[in-house]
Amino acid sequence: MVKLLLEITDLAVEVNNKEILSDVDLYIGKGETHVLLGPNGAGKSTLFMTLLGFPKYKLTRGEIIFKGEDITNMSTTERVKMGFGVSFQNPPAIRGVKLGDLLKLEHGEREESQEISPELMEIVRKLKFDENFLERDVNLGFSGGEVKRSEILQLLAQEPDFIMFDEPDSGVDIENVELLAEEINILLDKDKKLGRRKKSGLLITHLGYILNFVGADTAHVLMDGRIACSGNPSEILEDIRKEGFKGCIECCRMH
Amino acid sequence: MLQDALKKAEKAKEKKALYGDDIDLEEFIKEEAGDHEKVTKANEVPKKVQDTLLKVGVDPREQDRAGTFIQVDQSGVCSTCTSESVEIMGMNVALDKYGWLKDYMWKAVAPDTDKYTAQTAIREAEQGGSGGYFIRSLPGSKEVFPLQACMFIGDEKVMQTAHNVIIAEENSELHIITGCATGEDVSSALHVGVSEFYLKKGSKITFTMVHNWAEQVDVRPRTGIMVGDDSTYISNYILTSPVKSIQSYPTAYCTGENSRVVFQSILGGQKDSILDMGSRVLLEGHGSSSEMISRAVSKDQSQIYSRGHLAGRTQNVKGHLECHGLVLSDDSMIYAVPELEGSATELELSHEAAVGKISEEEVLYLTSRGLTEEEAASMIVRGFLSIDITGLPPELAAETKRMMDMSLKGM
Repeated sequence: MVKLLLEITDLAVEVNNKEILSDVDLYIGKGETHVLLGPNGAGKSTLFMTLLGFPKYKLTRGEIIFKGEDITNMSTTERVKMGFGVSFQNPPAIRGVKLGDLLKLEHGEREESQEISPELMEIVRKLKFDENFLERDVNLGFSGGEVKRSEILQLLAQEPDFIMFDEPDSGVDIENVELLAEEINILLDKDKKLGRRKKSGLLITHLGYILNFVGADTAHVLMDGRIACSGNPSEILEDIRKEGFKGCIECCRMH
Repeated sequence: MLQDALKKAEKAKEKKALYGDDIDLEEFIKEEAGDHEKVTKANEVPKKVQDTLLKVGVDPREQDRAGTFIQVDQSGVCSTCTSESVEIMGMNVALDKYGWLKDYMWKAVAPDTDKYTAQTAIREAEQGGSGGYFIRSLPGSKEVFPLQACMFIGDEKVMQTAHNVIIAEENSELHIITGCATGEDVSSALHVGVSEFYLKKGSKITFTMVHNWAEQVDVRPRTGIMVGDDSTYISNYILTSPVKSIQSYPTAYCTGENSRVVFQSILGGQKDSILDMGSRVLLEGHGSSSEMISRAVSKDQSQIYSRGHLAGRTQNVKGHLECHGLVLSDDSMIYAVPELEGSATELELSHEAAVGKISEEEVLYLTSRGLTEEEAASMIVRGFLSIDITGLPPELAAETKRMMDMSLKGM
């Protein structure tokens, strides 16, 4: 019996007084990776932001339990301190804030400490960055691929227990997708045996390309703010590839 | 010549400044030049002065410094120099040493600009040399270590005046760090500093200034910079601590061909501070250029006026003015006044001004990395204020970065 890490029950969410999500139930066990599919505007990002506790996303119903604790009313900071992590699709650039300084904070080092720990520096190199890159302003003038690698780098410094990835492979060239996938696999304990995996993940992907490299246990299709179906990722992807999301609409009707 | 200056000054004794609240000079005490004891090394000044010096980037141990000048109230208490490329000394000493020095006085700043310059000129005449320092880099020399100068106010209700002359001779390079500060027990005082810079052909001066005054101190610096052919002047100014009022509008005269001037300012308004800071560059030499960059953050009840004036008066000149502000409290204000004046063809002048708030998206991004909202906001504000300081040798760049980080910690 897999222990549940994240339990989302009967969730309904409003943004600017408009309901975006409703009747969302989602359960993610410890060590599991789930993938969230769905057409544009289905509410995938809204679900992410809601789970992160961003203020604009108002819960009108339901509850979110993380590690057995009700986090529905917790701030983003508190959730992150409990083990949430996220990789954004289009993170904002922050002028004057050096990536290296942010990394130190994320890794639990003091911002004032002059040197970056060797352990952290090793991760930096693994992601094909160097000292000079750490001197750059966060996301400012980063290429698409650099943004994605920097997001993963920050997560590796943070070591969260539950990680949401929003389109981690969009805008990344093929060569680097494999590199990113390798690191995502490490973040999600994929290098460990099934029973020993502790980290869980939720991945948003459009094309599902990343799934060739990162194994997922369950897929969910989000349509119009509801979960239309859940099941085996490769089967669901196969259906979507053949018929697009039309098939899912029919599925919705049947449910 | 100086008699002329005195005559003009006498007439301007009551002349109000164009900007800034008018200050009643009678309220302040004029100390004599010898009221504080002289020392031979910077680390011999009283402990309370030393502690304050560090906060404004002036190192009492004089490590990696080419020389030091310290003025306490009206007394030049310390001047040392270890370099053979540069000279640093009190103005009174320099006037005795160099007969020609008076030809450089009151040429970049008019003595009758306002009552503050007038007061400085009058005091100078009365006492045979008021406060202030003289700095000069010898022709063709290049000193990578900076000279440091400090204006310190130690006594209550004092009016400190200083007249500084800085000369970079032909093809020389000079770096100056100046710190201005007040003793902890001083609540009210006035500082007037007249600074005249002369850059000869092919020279370069970088001037990095950190201000750390007390909450009831008024400050009225008056600065003029004459920039010769192929020479470069770079000013970096940092003020992030509370002050009663400061009003300053340095003017650079780019009369030299291909001369270049950079003004960078970091302004943090706290408590009831009124900061009225401008910079003006007159591009009069063929091919001359200028950049002015300012970042301002207003907190509490502070008011910040960020002015800039770029005037292109001949062909083939180029200038850019950039002024960004963050308003962090409803009781504070930022008033950005960028002015461009083009009076010749074939010139390029531009400006960019923006006043706004901390981006919510940026705060959320940082909270999603585990920072609290306050930590996120503070990190963003510090980032916003930390301009990339250019033009400094590597040793000094690192030092300046440290000074900046220290100043920004309080924001």
